[in-house]
Amino acid sequence: MKIGHRPYLLLLVVASLFLQACSDEPQVPNTRGVYMLMDTSGTYTKELKQAQRVINYILSELGPGDSFAVARVDTGSFSEKDIVSKVTFQDRPSMTNQQKRVFREKIDKFVKTVKGSAYTDITGGILQGIEFLNEAGTGHNTILIFSDLKEELRKGYKRDIPLSVNNYTVVALNVTKLRSDNIDPREYLDRLESWRLKVESGGGEWRVINDMSRLEKILHRK
Amino acid sequence: MTFNDVFMIVPSSAGLSGALWFVLLMVVFYMARNHAHKGIFSFTEAVHNAFRLSARSVKLLRDILIVRNRDVLLAQGREATERIIEREFERIDATVRKDLGDYPALHRHLNEEITAIDENFAESTDVPPTPPAWVKAVEAVAKIPAAKGDPTVGNILEDIHQSLIKSSTRALEEYRKASSKRHQLLQKMMPHWRNVLKTLTQVDKSVNSLLARSVTIDRLMHDYEDILKGTEKAQRMLSSSSMTQFFIAGFVLAIAVGGAFINFQLIARPMSEMVGGSDMLMGFKTSSVAALVIILVEISLGLFLMESLRITRLFPVIGALNDKMRVKMVWITFIFLFSLASVEAGLAYMREILMEDSQATLALLSDTGGVEVTQNSALWITTAAQMGLGFVLPFALTFVAIPLESFIHSMRTVLGTATVAFLRSLEWLLRLVGNLVRASGKILVHVYDFLIFLPLGIEKLINKEGGKKSTGSSSTNVGGAL
Repeated sequence: MKIGHRPYLLLLVVASLFLQACSDEPQVPNTRGVYMLMDTSGTYTKELKQAQRVINYILSELGPGDSFAVARVDTGSFSEKDIVSKVTFQDRPSMTNQQKRVFREKIDKFVKTVKGSAYTDITGGILQGIEFLNEAGTGHNTILIFSDLKEELRKGYKRDIPLSVNNYTVVALNVTKLRSDNIDPREYLDRLESWRLKVESGGGEWRVINDMSRLEKILHRK
Repeated sequence: MTFNDVFMIVPSSAGLSGALWFVLLMVVFYMARNHAHKGIFSFTEAVHNAFRLSARSVKLLRDILIVRNRDVLLAQGREATERIIEREFERIDATVRKDLGDYPALHRHLNEEITAIDENFAESTDVPPTPPAWVKAVEAVAKIPAAKGDPTVGNILEDIHQSLIKSSTRALEEYRKASSKRHQLLQKMMPHWRNVLKTLTQVDKSVNSLLARSVTIDRLMHDYEDILKGTEKAQRMLSSSSMTQFFIAGFVLAIAVGGAFINFQLIARPMSEMVGGSDMLMGFKTSSVAALVIILVEISLGLFLMESLRITRLFPVIGALNDKMRVKMVWITFIFLFSLASVEAGLAYMREILMEDSQATLALLSDTGGVEVTQNSALWITTAAQMGLGFVLPFALTFVAIPLESFIHSMRTVLGTATVAFLRSLEWLLRLVGNLVRASGKILVHVYDFLIFLPLGIEKLINKEGGKKSTGSSSTNVGGAL
């Protein structure tokens, strides 16, 4: 190649970069946001050890720039007070590791001291999660619901609100069968179906993972 | 109007319509036969000519490329041979400076040695004092018997005898001393002889080395002359050499790419501590891009270093710098390279720390959380090895410049040869297609005639009959005339 050809090559590269920059397609950040809801109602509190395992797994998977929050589901979950721990990992991997350790400690403390709630406001928790993830500005958002998906609202709480979960992945984890489900499995199936419809009508992707050994499917791979 | 409406000449019978169409078309084809033949021939000839012209253009291009390849090959060969000859002359110059430059001193040394030998030899040739000539007379006197009754004579003679013996003993001793001195002088000559021999051997060695170099230069000059003349032999030799260089340099470059990859792995992870671990640049992690850039900068510095040392000749600007500036450039590039190598060693160390930190965090987050990670006492070896690699690899990558230069130079020839081969194939293909098109014209004419075989057959019969008639009438005329 003649030396005189090199400027053209450089020009081509610069032009391609310029075109990429001018592209109409919005640039999606390559960061992940995870909001996990932990059901603390009634008998489900005994499943929190499993939730801890999931949290640890997610912590080990997330990296610099990602955001993660764990919130409890109680009587009124649409509240920042229900967020047990939240973090946006710093750019430096060493700092990220430190943040992970602190996060884990907070969760451990919470699991040890948690008290069961009388009601289960899952929708409120999801709305809070959407708010958190939108503020975090992460590229690939996931809401994890660690619950039996049986929503029980206190009288007067309005939760018939459509979920705006466009481009969100909502994953139901460890959806345990209730005693009534065993009597009539349709209850269980209807519960799952109603949540699927609710999420998909909001533009989100719905998934159910009951096998805790398949956690690798939870998160979007970078 | 549909195709069916046009086709069905006899509405009730498709077969009859088809037959009518066949006859109609046959008649039309027959009538248009001459024009159709001409048209087919013109078309195929035109296509054939187009392909032929294209093939000719490709051939011309190929010929130009062959000449260009030849020029490039010879120019490269000339340059390489000039460089080797230059080096040989430099070596001769060094030998002459080193050995023959001291020739006056050597000559003086030899002269001194020879003078010393000469002096010693001259001294050693001194004749020792011989015993007095009258000894025999004295011996005769000594043998005279003492006269009876005359003791005086006897005593005198006795005294003479005694003094003669003394004199003889003294003379003998002096002679022995002189001989011993002569032997000593001769012995002193030995080291001088050895020195002379050693000096002459050294001179012989230097002269032989020069002779050997002159033989090499003779051979190189012969090759150089061949290259200047552009002989077939020189071209073959250079072409073969280029191919070999291309594959060897390619192989070494592939190894270097492997080295660069290991280097990249060493520094990519810790780079995220410096430039962040989440930012992306053109779809790649910024830390990975930064690590790649550092490696590329190191390779570039290596190229400049090799260029400044005049080991490679990729950048004429650097080669044309004056020696002072060139040496400055050597030091500057070396210092930069050394700094980057040190940074890499630090990053390699950081990598190990980060790995340990990540492992500890993962262990904490795993199911067995809280179980203490066992510390390997030999872990420092890995750390040291990583640091060593981080420091050494940038310097090792410096040497990429040498195969890179060979690769680039030989690639010109190899690409040229490959392009010539491609153009030759293209030319052959164009010629083949052109000839096939021409041949297909003849085939098409035959197919056309086959389609109108019936009217052609009728025409042939009519012609035959007409020929017979005309032959008959002509023979009648001939008979009539007769």
